[in-house]
Amino acid sequence: MMMIAFTIALGASLATAMLSVMMDVGDKINQELKAYGANITVVPKDTSVVSELYDIGDENITDSYLKEDELGKIKTIFWTFNIVDYAPFLRTRAALESGDEVTVCGTWFNHHMDLPTGEELDAGVMSLRSWWDITEGDWPDEQAADSLEIALVGSQVAEKEGISAGDTLHVTGPAGEASLTVAGVFDAGGDEDDQIYVPLDTAQALGDLEGKVDSIEVSALTTPDNELAEKAARDPGSLSVSQYETWYCTAYASSICYQIEEVITDSVASPVRQVADSEGQILEKTQLLMILITFLSMIGAALGICNLVTASVMERSQEIGLMKAIGAHNGAITGLVLSEILCTAVIGGIGGFFAGIGFAQIIGRTVFGSAVALRPMVIPLVAVLVVIVTLIGCVPAIRMLLNLRPTEVLHGR
Amino acid sequence: MSLLELRNVSKIYGSLRALDHVNIKVEKGEWLAIMGPSGSGKSTMMNIIGALDKATEGEILLDGVDIAKKSASALTDIRRDKIGLIFQQFHLVSYLTAVENVMLAQYYHSVPDEKEALEALDRVGLADRARHYPSQLSGGEQQRVCVARALINYPEIILADEPTGNLDEANEEIVVELFRRLHEDGTTLVVVTHNPEVAEVAQRTIVLRNGRVDHETINPGFTGKIKHITLQ
Repeated sequence: MMMIAFTIALGASLATAMLSVMMDVGDKINQELKAYGANITVVPKDTSVVSELYDIGDENITDSYLKEDELGKIKTIFWTFNIVDYAPFLRTRAALESGDEVTVCGTWFNHHMDLPTGEELDAGVMSLRSWWDITEGDWPDEQAADSLEIALVGSQVAEKEGISAGDTLHVTGPAGEASLTVAGVFDAGGDEDDQIYVPLDTAQALGDLEGKVDSIEVSALTTPDNELAEKAARDPGSLSVSQYETWYCTAYASSICYQIEEVITDSVASPVRQVADSEGQILEKTQLLMILITFLSMIGAALGICNLVTASVMERSQEIGLMKAIGAHNGAITGLVLSEILCTAVIGGIGGFFAGIGFAQIIGRTVFGSAVALRPMVIPLVAVLVVIVTLIGCVPAIRMLLNLRPTEVLHGR
Repeated sequence: MSLLELRNVSKIYGSLRALDHVNIKVEKGEWLAIMGPSGSGKSTMMNIIGALDKATEGEILLDGVDIAKKSASALTDIRRDKIGLIFQQFHLVSYLTAVENVMLAQYYHSVPDEKEALEALDRVGLADRARHYPSQLSGGEQQRVCVARALINYPEIILADEPTGNLDEANEEIVVELFRRLHEDGTTLVVVTHNPEVAEVAQRTIVLRNGRVDHETINPGFTGKIKHITLQ
């Protein structure tokens, strides 16, 4: 019985650990993937139409803008807690002292906001594009006193113009000019290296575009798309009322985009497909792996239980034969053996469950660097799995027990 | 009407006839001994009479009812309600005390009653050993617990398979004395034995050979006591 309890405990601990990690892994992986940047972009409706018609990249400067004063509303949507980070962008062309023209991009670096809900938020590219390599200097600090006269220069511009951290940069835009202190030089490994990043207000002043932004990048925790999400992404109007409610109340990228469009006037929010799809695929594969490990551990436990219970019945064959001889029906003996095994399973299962919570925390700390939350759903799932596996493991022993003839075991001469 | 009657009962295992057209009658309250050499069919007959096995052919009338064609479940009910079994190797459950072993038979029959079980143990002289486990009892004491277990549900017939086979002479005497008292109380006893001294104390002895009834002897001077032992 001790061995049976141990086997069940082993299976239950693995199942608990895997199911706990599986149910928590979505958030964990999403958080990990946030390091790869925004997964939703918001642009003005006109820009979106032109972009779709002529396949123009988002680096182009357009005449349509979003309203800066609506940025805070993004944190008021239904899935507000899933909005991890976001930053606005306003691109304008500006001339350097050398006469060369560069794209100057206004954005938030580490912008502090007091939201309409009374909450506070620090957002910006500093966390949204955490993979940028600051090769010289440091990230600009928007909270500093001279926060408007700072710039982060792309590595290619810096190389071409001979700019270093600490230099003063004079830029002339369509509607104004500014002297900026170079806080740092970054290497993004992309088109951004050809640009100069300045605070949003500075870019607005250079282009006479006060209160305007041309795009917003949003990093949100999303649920992998399914058929419903894909259907909704094509046309939310095609959903039935119940489908709409389900979709709206699930953190699909498409439903979060839809809710952002509701609060940002004349905007089009679109998921960045590569990021959203990668998140979904990684999540699904990880969860599949967990399910597979759970399944295999349960098979292992069932085989172990099968051997041990069969051995136990063989060992007790004389006792079982005696019970049959003195008038016990098969049902009564089966009930006796099953209740013994199930009691053992409960003890083993409880022990295994708590061990499994420990394993889950070890996995969480080791792999994700944080604790794995215990989902209440794991308890009934593990209980059902333990009972099913124990019953399956008992099948051969019960068959043997039913076929056991008292005459074969009681006359031991 | 006989309590038990076997009519042309045969048991065939492949090409072996363990029992070959056996006819036996056991009257109510009778003490019958079945003897024979190894392989003569004693245990097979015991199993068939005890509803532990089915005959290949023939009729087995227990209290006027033919149990030969009954289902396994019905045979279980018959064993539970009408038959008390005593085995050579005792077959007590090792993790139950003497009284609990007796109550086990009650459990599958009706409702366990400790008082009644203690009385049964008292009848076999083991009232003071009721809380002992089988490992703490001598062979004779274990067999007496078996007798108490066989008696507890007031069966119509007690079948004892080599009840003294594992006992020394002193314990053999005690068990036979128990049988004598049961017989005096009107219990029907069928005792399978290869020990002539145990067979001789019965009212009647049937000798089996090659699956057939070889001969039958009546004990004219029946006392229910073993001759070579002086009872205290």
